[in-house]
Amino acid sequence: MKSLQEIHELREEKRKELDLRVNTKADTREKHILVCHGTGCTSSKSPQILESFRKILKERNITNVRVIKTGCFGLCAKGPIVIIRPEDTFYSLVTPDDCEEIIEKHIINGERVERLLCKDIDGKLVNSLDELNFYKKQKRIALKNCGVVNPEEIDEYIAFDGYKALEKVLKEMSQDGVIDVIKESGLRGRGGAGFPTGKKWELTKASEGEQKYVVCNADEGDPGAFMDRSILEGDPHSVLEAMMIAGYAIGANKGYIYVRAEYPIAVQRLKIAINQARDYGILGENVFDTDFSFDVEIRLGAGAFVCGEETALLESIEGKRGQPRVKPPYPAQSGLWGKPTLINNVETYANIAQIILNGAKWYSSIGTESSKGTKVFALGGNVNNIGLVEVPMGTTLREIIYDIGGGIPNGREFKAAQTGGPSGGCIPKEHLDTPIDYESLKEIGSMMGSGGLIVMDDTKCMVCLAKFYLEFTVSESCGKCTPCRIGTKRMLEILERLCNGEGEELDIYKLEKLAVNIQESSICGLGQSAPNPVISTLKYFREEFRQHAIQKECRTLECKAMAKITIDEEKCKGCGLCQKHCPVNAIDGIGRDKRIINQEKCIKCGTCISTCPFHAIGN
Amino acid sequence: MEKEMINLTIDGQKVIVPKGTTILNAAKKAGIDIPTLCFLKDINEVGDCRMCIVEVEGRRGFATSCIQTVEEGMVVHTHTPNVLEARHVILDLIISNHAKDCLTCTRSGNCELQTLATKFNVLNIEFDGERTEHKIDDLSPSIVRDFNKCILCRRCVAACKNVQKIGAIDCINRGFESCISTVGDHSLNDVNCTFCGQCIEACPTGALHEKETINDVWVKLKDPDTTVIVQTAPAVRVALGEEFGMPIGTNVVGKMVTALKRLGFDKVFDTNTGADLTIMEEANEFVERFKKNDNLPMITSCSPGWVKYIEMNYPELLPHLSSCKSPHQMFGAILKTYYPKREGLDPSKIYVVSVMPCIAKKFERQRPEMKEDDLYDVDNVITTRELARMIKQANIEFEKLEDSNFDSPMGEASGAGAIFGTTGGVMEAALRTAQDTLTGEDLPKIDFEQVRGGEGIKRATINIAGKEINVVAASGLANAKTILEEIKSGKANYQFVEIMACPGGCIMGGGQPIKSSKIRAEVDVRKLRADAIYSIDERSIVRKSHENPVMKKLYADFLEKPGSEIAEKLLHTTYTKRKKYNI
Amino acid sequence: MNEEANNKKDNFIESLFEEYKPIKDNLIQMLNEVQEHYGYIPKDAQKALSEFLDIPMAEIYGVVTFYSRFTLKPKGKYNISVCLGTACYVKGSQKIMDRLKDRLQIEPGETTQDGLFSIEKTRCVGACGLAPVFTVNGEVYGKATVKKLDEVLDGILNKENS
Repeated sequence: MKSLQEIHELREEKRKELDLRVNTKADTREKHILVCHGTGCTSSKSPQILESFRKILKERNITNVRVIKTGCFGLCAKGPIVIIRPEDTFYSLVTPDDCEEIIEKHIINGERVERLLCKDIDGKLVNSLDELNFYKKQKRIALKNCGVVNPEEIDEYIAFDGYKALEKVLKEMSQDGVIDVIKESGLRGRGGAGFPTGKKWELTKASEGEQKYVVCNADEGDPGAFMDRSILEGDPHSVLEAMMIAGYAIGANKGYIYVRAEYPIAVQRLKIAINQARDYGILGENVFDTDFSFDVEIRLGAGAFVCGEETALLESIEGKRGQPRVKPPYPAQSGLWGKPTLINNVETYANIAQIILNGAKWYSSIGTESSKGTKVFALGGNVNNIGLVEVPMGTTLREIIYDIGGGIPNGREFKAAQTGGPSGGCIPKEHLDTPIDYESLKEIGSMMGSGGLIVMDDTKCMVCLAKFYLEFTVSESCGKCTPCRIGTKRMLEILERLCNGEGEELDIYKLEKLAVNIQESSICGLGQSAPNPVISTLKYFREEFRQHAIQKECRTLECKAMAKITIDEEKCKGCGLCQKHCPVNAIDGIGRDKRIINQEKCIKCGTCISTCPFHAIGN
Repeated sequence: MEKEMINLTIDGQKVIVPKGTTILNAAKKAGIDIPTLCFLKDINEVGDCRMCIVEVEGRRGFATSCIQTVEEGMVVHTHTPNVLEARHVILDLIISNHAKDCLTCTRSGNCELQTLATKFNVLNIEFDGERTEHKIDDLSPSIVRDFNKCILCRRCVAACKNVQKIGAIDCINRGFESCISTVGDHSLNDVNCTFCGQCIEACPTGALHEKETINDVWVKLKDPDTTVIVQTAPAVRVALGEEFGMPIGTNVVGKMVTALKRLGFDKVFDTNTGADLTIMEEANEFVERFKKNDNLPMITSCSPGWVKYIEMNYPELLPHLSSCKSPHQMFGAILKTYYPKREGLDPSKIYVVSVMPCIAKKFERQRPEMKEDDLYDVDNVITTRELARMIKQANIEFEKLEDSNFDSPMGEASGAGAIFGTTGGVMEAALRTAQDTLTGEDLPKIDFEQVRGGEGIKRATINIAGKEINVVAASGLANAKTILEEIKSGKANYQFVEIMACPGGCIMGGGQPIKSSKIRAEVDVRKLRADAIYSIDERSIVRKSHENPVMKKLYADFLEKPGSEIAEKLLHTTYTKRKKYNI
Repeated sequence: MNEEANNKKDNFIESLFEEYKPIKDNLIQMLNEVQEHYGYIPKDAQKALSEFLDIPMAEIYGVVTFYSRFTLKPKGKYNISVCLGTACYVKGSQKIMDRLKDRLQIEPGETTQDGLFSIEKTRCVGACGLAPVFTVNGEVYGKATVKKLDEVLDGILNKENS
């Protein structure tokens, strides 16, 4: 247990100690080697890198250097990432074998290890994080501490103003006062639909009931989105603090964090964070000597996308199949075990403490008219800088994809960007300059969703993409209501027909009819939005659908049934490179013979097309 | 307090209904019949199938009329083009995944899906595609599950899990693969099913039905060497008429007997007589146990679903069960012993058919305890529905039949026997006899209003011969569970407990005519059938079992006295602990 | 299942009963532990949970078959999962999956006859920077190609055959 006084002292002392983390001119002889421990870097051996650094430092008896594990830095494509502070040197694609050299050259001799420095898209060698184009247009609020603090040390969180907002709220603000600030800030739910957060808090507070609950939706299931996971991995305390603030505002003393069991690192760090907060007396009875008490429990999901839907999530916390409830009543009126319940997602919570500390005005000065603040996107697909980015609302897709993301690799053309995952839509080239906010995305047929942003180049077939999302929805539909259970299956069957060259023009009409009716009559958000990927691709790429349906033709290699890869005899020089690279030995010919593709063996992977130096192979 | 009233407009009509009314019910009040499929009043109100969607002005998406309630000033449209198209698509989708073998389906003509398809003029399936396939479970003696006809309305699950608190079936898998199943898709035979059949009553299609055994009856009826005797339960006569379009609660006993005779049964007897016999034994058992304070409360044992339930779930309470067989089993035992002796027949050439409102009786009949010298007490149990089918197959115009009487000598019954068919009836019948036995008088007060009515649990304290007797009548297995927990924890001090597995008693049994969701929403089926039963009792000359002359003669000639050695042998039984899951 | 495994199981389930209260809400948490411990949800565990939590087995079965993390059969010695999240899909993970199915002749969620391999599809393992990825018993293989997959499979087969 720590008294408030002790926490204040701790904060001051720690802040000084950690100044080098945020201040390149910090007055210190110490150095911190930060090693990213997000899931991405962990998958490519960052724990071994950390161990290796520690071992070498110990062997060499170096005492003024500390090795710190942090959350995600964002630029996952360049992982594993190591940053050395205070000078802010950014090393990318580090392996455990590189540690010796980094210590020897950088730490001992004070020289940069050039070969590990990151090259920016323009080919320039980057010395420090700030120089990277990737970071220049970003603004980090929700990700403020990610990559700065050690997520497993509450002291480091406290050093950077952690739990200061909670103290302010408990000591200086009324419940309504807190809600007013959140309302004025203009913060909207980051989980998908963008419901005003302050309004949600107000409604839950206004609901009658002795017992109320605060729930954190950390069931991020959108395939290809990992914002929430990164926040939990990099800054778990920010979520706990916000849940407590929400608990105070609505009058709840109990919180649940519903997190996917597939996120073991996030779960582990949350557990550590909860235990540390309990040890300090921050979570528990009479927080900071006030009447307010609060405790949090973790509930693990077990692999069902639909549980990201708030009422399905509640069912799952209650130990049942995650089948959504018909709304109204909304959780604010009747939630967990029928009690008024506030549900926000991780990223929404990650903004709360900052809003309380910096004020509603500060927050609402960022973003657009209707959408305030920043949004975190998981940038993926055919883009150079795959990773996690946080930008002010109103940033255009072009800025994200080209300025931050570094554009499309392999010299290909941009075809579409997908936002909102299985609930969202595809955005074509003509809308690249749309400033992104909740309304504008909706207008162009997509949605904000939780923040997945997948870029696709011109080798991608849009009918296949629609099929991909429908496959996802069909396998994740809970099966409760008819339109989603059977309707999405029928849509998928039609898309499969189209991709197999067995479709007909009438299929496009059927797709549209099903789509509209499923949207309108499904019970929950999953079903209501399941047709979106089809509707938006039909809107912008209708011609491609018609080619599939009528000409039985796919311009890409993705629809295998319709693809036939052939070698142009005229152009083939018999070099045999294609043969060498073919994974299934489907190319016949010896010596300087013109090569021929054995169509029975060919799996249409396209490897030969990209390896042919004479552009002799095509679909 | 006056309930707050809400004003709204539905399809241009002004409607005023109490706060909390659903849009569906408000529309009903305005004479607008919104189609439903998964909705089953008080049992399944979840809004899954989406047939009942309507448009509400100012609201995004459709409203779910079966569960969402009215709001002041609401403007509802129930048949806009959008709504109609959506309903049509939904119906199309449901049918696309449904086995469309209507011609060979037991529910043809009484299928809610078929009714809707007709109403919406579904002439072809626009969105055809893959169908989920399920193997048929017909291994149990009572229920056949054919989930190729299931439409995932989940009414059966609600009946099993929520109403009966059994949970033998539930929804498994997810998405298109979702289906209703037992654990591991094992047969109902091997899981915790009690065979109450409430799932069948809830099913809108032919996915759940009784294991039909009428072919065996036809064969025996045509066999000149077999004497085929039929007995009919008290609840059958007040429901059979419904299968022929007669109003619910019509007593068709006379027509029923005529029909049975026309079908070729050699003798037509009344299970009510068996019920009188049960009372003779059960009242005696109660009086003996009451005097000795032996394993009180004594709990009735004439509902076989209930017996299977306690054997599986509360084996430690089995000593509380009355050892009496159920009325048709007792009667069957007499028909295989006393009756052939008296008539000079070979017992092995007698085939006893029981017409029952119950499908658990199909299971009960073949319990090993239910036979004597290798002869089963009862050889076949058919349901009210199956009897109706037989009558139709035999080209009998039921509505036009003359009345006739049950055969003598086993055809006369008291009013006490008649009320066995409804919850509280066994208790009341037993009390009529027990109070006379305990006081040694012929008491005129025979109506025990406290144990009548539709509530699931009816508690009363009855004063007999200066002694207070705490009784309770519970129907529905969820209520049974409540009572058993009270007994187990020692919280309650009952002396006599009546339990029936089906909510409302045998008149609402799993073998009774199936009423559509629409009818169940509009009328109280239980009450109408129960009223008919009580009116039979009221009009009876003999209203106490022990005053039935048949009983007097039977005991004088054969059984000696209630609880005699021979009575114990033929009319009483034993129970065994039963595993819930044999998997 | 042999005797020893049976005993071991009973002990584990009992230890769960000490840790958790017999409240219905705990079902999914307890199933998660069972899945973690055995690699699947044995029937006896379902039975024991049914008794302990007073939940019918059909309902437990309904929950187990709802959540994709729970499996009713043991996984193979090598459980290979291919990420079919959008980021990996766009980078061609379907090709990896197709190849895997082709080589092992099983569908996702199934185990080979010899119990050596099982395959499953996952939605985003979080290594989008390495897309496309597949994992073998949790170990991540990034920037995967059909060729790389073949190498990994051959490596395992060689090891097992020698």
